[in-house]
Amino acid sequence: MELFDVRLHLLWSDILIFLLVASLCAFVVNVVRNPLARKRWSQVFESRIGSASFLVILFYVLIALTDSVHFQKKLEQAGDSEDVHYAPEVTSLLDLALAPMLGRDEKTYSAPFAIHSFAKENTELAEGGVIRDYPRLEHGGSHLEDDAQHGADIVVKSMTIIGWTLVPVLILLFLHHAFIKKRDSRLPWPVIYFTFSAVVVVSSWALYMSQFYHVLGTDKVGQDVLYGAVKAVRTGVLIGTLATLVTLPLAVLLGISAGYFRGWVDDVVQYIYTTLNSIPGILLIAASVLLIDVYIETHPEQFKLLSDRADFKFVALCFILGMTSWTGLCRLLRAETLKLSQLEYVQAAHAFGVSRWRVIMRHILPNTTHLILIALVLDFSGFVLAEAVLSYIGVGVDPSMKSWGNMINEARAELAREPVVWWSVIAAFILMFVLVLAANLFSDRVRDAFDPRMSGSGDKQ
Amino acid sequence: MKPLLQVNNLVVSAGNSRLVDDVSFEIYAGEVFALVGESGSGKSLTSLAIMRLLGEGLSIRGGDVKLGSDSLFALSETQMNAVRGRRVAMVFQEPQSSLNPVQTIGKQIAEVLALHRGSAPDAAIIELLDEVGIPNPEERLNWYPHQLSGGQKQRVMIAMALACEPELLIADEPTTALDVTIQKQILELLNELRRSRELAVLLITHDMGVVAEMADRIAVMRHGNILEQAERSQFFISPSHDYSRQLIHALPQPDDYLEYQAHSPLLDVQDVKVWFPERRGVLQRVVGHTKAVNGVSFTIGRGETLALVGESGSGKSTVGRAILRLEDTAGGSIQFDGSDIGSLSQREFAPYRKRIQVIFQDPFSSMNPRMTVREIIEEGMQSLGLGGTNESRETQIRNLLERVGLEAGHLNRYPHEFSGGQRQRIAIARAIAVEPELIICDEPTSALDVSIRGQVLQLLQELQDEMGLSYLFITHDLSIIPHLAHRVAVMRNGQLVEQGETRQVMTSPVHEYTQHLLQAVPRIPEHA
Repeated sequence: MELFDVRLHLLWSDILIFLLVASLCAFVVNVVRNPLARKRWSQVFESRIGSASFLVILFYVLIALTDSVHFQKKLEQAGDSEDVHYAPEVTSLLDLALAPMLGRDEKTYSAPFAIHSFAKENTELAEGGVIRDYPRLEHGGSHLEDDAQHGADIVVKSMTIIGWTLVPVLILLFLHHAFIKKRDSRLPWPVIYFTFSAVVVVSSWALYMSQFYHVLGTDKVGQDVLYGAVKAVRTGVLIGTLATLVTLPLAVLLGISAGYFRGWVDDVVQYIYTTLNSIPGILLIAASVLLIDVYIETHPEQFKLLSDRADFKFVALCFILGMTSWTGLCRLLRAETLKLSQLEYVQAAHAFGVSRWRVIMRHILPNTTHLILIALVLDFSGFVLAEAVLSYIGVGVDPSMKSWGNMINEARAELAREPVVWWSVIAAFILMFVLVLAANLFSDRVRDAFDPRMSGSGDKQ
Repeated sequence: MKPLLQVNNLVVSAGNSRLVDDVSFEIYAGEVFALVGESGSGKSLTSLAIMRLLGEGLSIRGGDVKLGSDSLFALSETQMNAVRGRRVAMVFQEPQSSLNPVQTIGKQIAEVLALHRGSAPDAAIIELLDEVGIPNPEERLNWYPHQLSGGQKQRVMIAMALACEPELLIADEPTTALDVTIQKQILELLNELRRSRELAVLLITHDMGVVAEMADRIAVMRHGNILEQAERSQFFISPSHDYSRQLIHALPQPDDYLEYQAHSPLLDVQDVKVWFPERRGVLQRVVGHTKAVNGVSFTIGRGETLALVGESGSGKSTVGRAILRLEDTAGGSIQFDGSDIGSLSQREFAPYRKRIQVIFQDPFSSMNPRMTVREIIEEGMQSLGLGGTNESRETQIRNLLERVGLEAGHLNRYPHEFSGGQRQRIAIARAIAVEPELIICDEPTSALDVSIRGQVLQLLQELQDEMGLSYLFITHDLSIIPHLAHRVAVMRNGQLVEQGETRQVMTSPVHEYTQHLLQAVPRIPEHA
């Protein structure tokens, strides 16, 4: 069967992301079992912003997940050879979904929805002679019989696809509303319906339109910008979560033990983070990334595919970023723990002979969750942005890997051009902005719900 | 005589709830007018409304305040600024946070003077400091707040308030944060000033003793209403409103002593020392010790209450913490039920955790805000392996809650949903859940209102009778001791100066410091 002529090829980051999803599922099961935790989380989803931003984040994560199932396609058998060969590059499920955008490369820049190139070129006319003009794009708008229909075609096609998507979405939502939805549900269904249909309509519109046009234009080498931007979602989501997950145990473990045990533990932890803090972060990251580069160069046998190298570098970068940025949260947690461990309820727990481990788990950790949650999201957004900075000085993710940082970096020089090439930057900006904003809003709701002092009379009956 | 301040039908509300409801009173020059009430009664709001300093969300909905012949609510904000400080001054409860820690006190007083009088000569500042009784005012001019004691800081605050020779001084709980001996000095100072300056004082307080000592006229507030206004002499003899009667009766009777019988000793503390090392330099060498507790000896019998009395910083709480092994001792022995517990390791001490428990002062920080009442009470039982199965533990917790006067249905609520008194009841339930023999009560009632304080003390006493508990009752409040403690130990600077039976110590104290302390306690006239 043609469909199965592939070989699964999981990258390291793929394995990590699925481990992450598995532990997240375990967490959710845990929450559902615990009535108090369930109550608090349902408070998050009962707020309009909470459920809307969660849907948006979910959409990003879904893109990242589909982009994390990698496989190699089988190559055509050469001659009579029995050997099966697979393509040297990996493809993901997302690539299949984005198939209409692939293999439609132009020569160079073209604006969103353009049918002509952005740069003038010499063209030989049929009747002899050369004129210098904007050449017609090879793929963008190639279905048009007459260039004059361009504008009308965009509108008609947009209306068609929006209509065609909206109808089934609305029917689906209506069915849900009429039959499945529980009467006493307190979730803000109108907002959820709206966000859901907006996400579905926008994505299917973009997908459909890119069969005919380059929705977000093309970049320097003529590749579709929308394709690059969507592929970069995985890089952004992963670098944010993986790097944060590396900082978290370090910061929490070291910060809380320094504040709680004090004495020599505190001295050692403080010594480590003041030392780490006094080395310029960029320098440290650059040095580590160069080390990784050297390792890759000297061990070519471990990296058979190009994407293996890029991926190894990417995972290493997440770890390096995490290892160098836990000090802020650690310091914060140490101070908070110092304060908390002097409070009377911790003293009372000691008077009951509660073990130190339990005191930390029941009294100190829960009362620092708001700090951890805020730091998590700030770090998440920070890492997404740090990736862009690192790409700029050439120590970021591999240039062959699609990332918002790389997109911005490539477009940087073109911003000075007149007329300006704005679409790469804007595409990266919008996708990054939506993700970071949704994450920030969501964390706000989570913090409110988990802070008993903030929830006020929420628990009263 | 025309009144200096006239408050007519003042209404302050937040949203739809009226927090101060139709309050009227007047104050004459040279008079101390006391506004008495428990927390949340609206007495502080009334004073803030007079100054037009109400916080966000609060608004004046009606009424009128007249200072002399000016209607304060009719003034513009600029005119009002001239009234604040110059004609009406305020002194707050917490001197620690009312002074700027990075400016000398001279500078801070000069700032007020310059603002209202235009000039601030050192001589004027020195005169002011001298008037409020700061010794060596020439030198202290250049001191920073942290170099002064709490009482001196309050004196500086009063000097600042007096700097512009106001006609009215609003004193909002001016002595609540101070020790009794210092409270007495500050009250005397206020009394002297109002006589020498013909100052009108609006005294806001919850402490009936302070009222009895200071006030000429008294108004009792509850739920935003003034229930009764009366002259002092009349008020204490024949209060007309039920609530006033309740407030006065909530005060412990000074001559109501507990009967003392000898008990077999449960806890025997001999010559206990707790020293905190002072470390200096890069290597953190120990250069000396702060001797928080320096050679303290006492015993507590079964079913007996020993009150450990002392002013802040005397080391009385540290004694309690040392018995609980939350603090390491530097010397001496602690015997509990015949066995030495002072030198045990944390692990060896574990069996005694069930037998010695603690109740803390602050009902707000003594419970983890993220745990439900059930979890809070359950924690000790689980940790010490008590209560058997989950079901039997559940019934025990329910019974406990009902025993301390709460509803069993409150199990799944969080601490922030309870009032201070209710929280203290939960703290008591938590302590008695493990059926201890000795409970160390570290100022369990000093954060509570008078009427609630009485109820909590009552509960503690009932529990003592039922369960044969012994208490080490650490307190600075001498007025509650007579009908609470069998014996009293007075502590000062880490050492006991006197101990004995309550009646004997309270009526014929031997040590000078005890006499001094007892004199400082505000006395309430005998009530009918």
